[in-house]
Amino acid sequence: MSNDPALSPQAELSLPPRFRFPGMGRTFGIIALFALISLSLHGAEISFSSFREGIPYMKEVLFEMLPPDLSRISNIGALLLDTLYMAIAGTCIGVLFALPLAVLAARTTSPHTALYAISRASVSLARTVPDLVWALFFVVTVGIGSFAGVLTIAIDTLGFCGRFFAESIEEIDHSPEEALETLGAGRCAILATYIFPTCTPSFINTVLFSLEKAVRSSVVLGLVGAGGIGVELKVAMDTLQYGQASTIILCIFVVVLVVEQMSTRARTALLTTS
Amino acid sequence: MNAPSSTTIRTPPPLIFSEVRKSYGETEILKGVTLTLNRGERTALLGSNGSGKSTLLRLIPRITAPTGGEIHVLGKELQHLSRKELKLLRAHIGFVFQKHLLVPRLSALTNTVHGALGRTSFGRAWFHSLAPQPIREEALACLEKVGLANHALKQTRHLSGGQSQRVAIARALMQRPELIIADEPVASLDPESGENVMRLLGELSQTDNLSLLFSTHHLEHALNYADRIVGLSSGRIIFDKRSDQTSLEELRSFYE
Repeated sequence: MSNDPALSPQAELSLPPRFRFPGMGRTFGIIALFALISLSLHGAEISFSSFREGIPYMKEVLFEMLPPDLSRISNIGALLLDTLYMAIAGTCIGVLFALPLAVLAARTTSPHTALYAISRASVSLARTVPDLVWALFFVVTVGIGSFAGVLTIAIDTLGFCGRFFAESIEEIDHSPEEALETLGAGRCAILATYIFPTCTPSFINTVLFSLEKAVRSSVVLGLVGAGGIGVELKVAMDTLQYGQASTIILCIFVVVLVVEQMSTRARTALLTTS
Repeated sequence: MNAPSSTTIRTPPPLIFSEVRKSYGETEILKGVTLTLNRGERTALLGSNGSGKSTLLRLIPRITAPTGGEIHVLGKELQHLSRKELKLLRAHIGFVFQKHLLVPRLSALTNTVHGALGRTSFGRAWFHSLAPQPIREEALACLEKVGLANHALKQTRHLSGGQSQRVAIARALMQRPELIIADEPVASLDPESGENVMRLLGELSQTDNLSLLFSTHHLEHALNYADRIVGLSSGRIIFDKRSDQTSLEELRSFYE
């Protein structure tokens, strides 16, 4: 028998149970969760028979999609480029506004509680309203076309980056700010010389994720008239031009994949040097 | 309590504490401290943990405000300074913290340039690349003084603890200070680096005739690098002697 007191018979006797009965509150919570899932499955009208009946049509559409119709490839390429421009422009504008908003929305840097509350609320509004809803709003207000898409992506980026920028500002060690204050640094100087340089890696990460997200969402914004390749895809599907639709889908897939790969490489390169 | 000093005072002393008190809630940390620092004098502040050393030092650039009493720094009464006047005054007080508190992702040169933040206009001392040539040259000269000119472009997160503390000293020198405050500057360093940092602080204050007030737990450092040793216990000054008039044994008994 070991001399270690922790392994003595008394210690074995006092071993805690492997499993513990969850308290009443937790048990009720688990039951409520399962009830919610069951209700959702029922309420969503999931039908296996409809799915089974739909399989032959899926096969038919898929066969019609092959081979892809390349007759309008140059037009599709131009539209894809427009979509990419829309995503990049929207992301840049969104990031530009997200930076000052994040400073106001971070508890540690916000100059006033009222400003903090307003900024947090603005970021939440921009983030929680889905991009397609923003797109519908901008199509109605500024008209059909790429500009509505740019504004949609800018707002979406503002919400996404605003939240994560503010969180990374709150998370950093704030003690060096005290040192800079004793040097006579003002609020702007502290932001420029400590907070932004320290948050740079996290900011880069967020911006690149935001760009990937923007490229993906810019593809579907066209479905509601906010410019880009989405319009072309909708027209192809509505007019049963499945060959053209498959070409568009494949092109989108390639573009999104390329952007994601480039973003990953850029992230690695920038984060190792910054 | 004033220390005996042979220094002839022509200008106001760099630091005067008159019956200074400081409380955090119900707890009184400083209980009426009276202390005058002489120009060009190197003073060590001794005291066990919780005796009020850091609180006393943090009152000098008004990182925290006293509960009572008066503090004069470089001839100015702190309580009546406007925000702008305080900023200007702070620009002349070099403060070396226990942890260097540098910006880790910026170079040693840029961190040193930050020493000029209080006396330059908007943006001119944010980064070495944006700073005017004289400021860049001065910052490099400060780094040279602490022996780190060859690490000027290295990010400070890649420097050792001792090197980082030396950059913090270079940053303090860049302030062109009249008074340097150091709050246990070697507490987080190994003995050799600590000795180097203390030697550097002592030499620089002597060559540039700067007043130096540093807190420490190293009795040898107090004896070797200070002209005067002040002991603080439970928020009161209970010991104040010139370092050549005391001994290691006497200082040890102060801690017992």
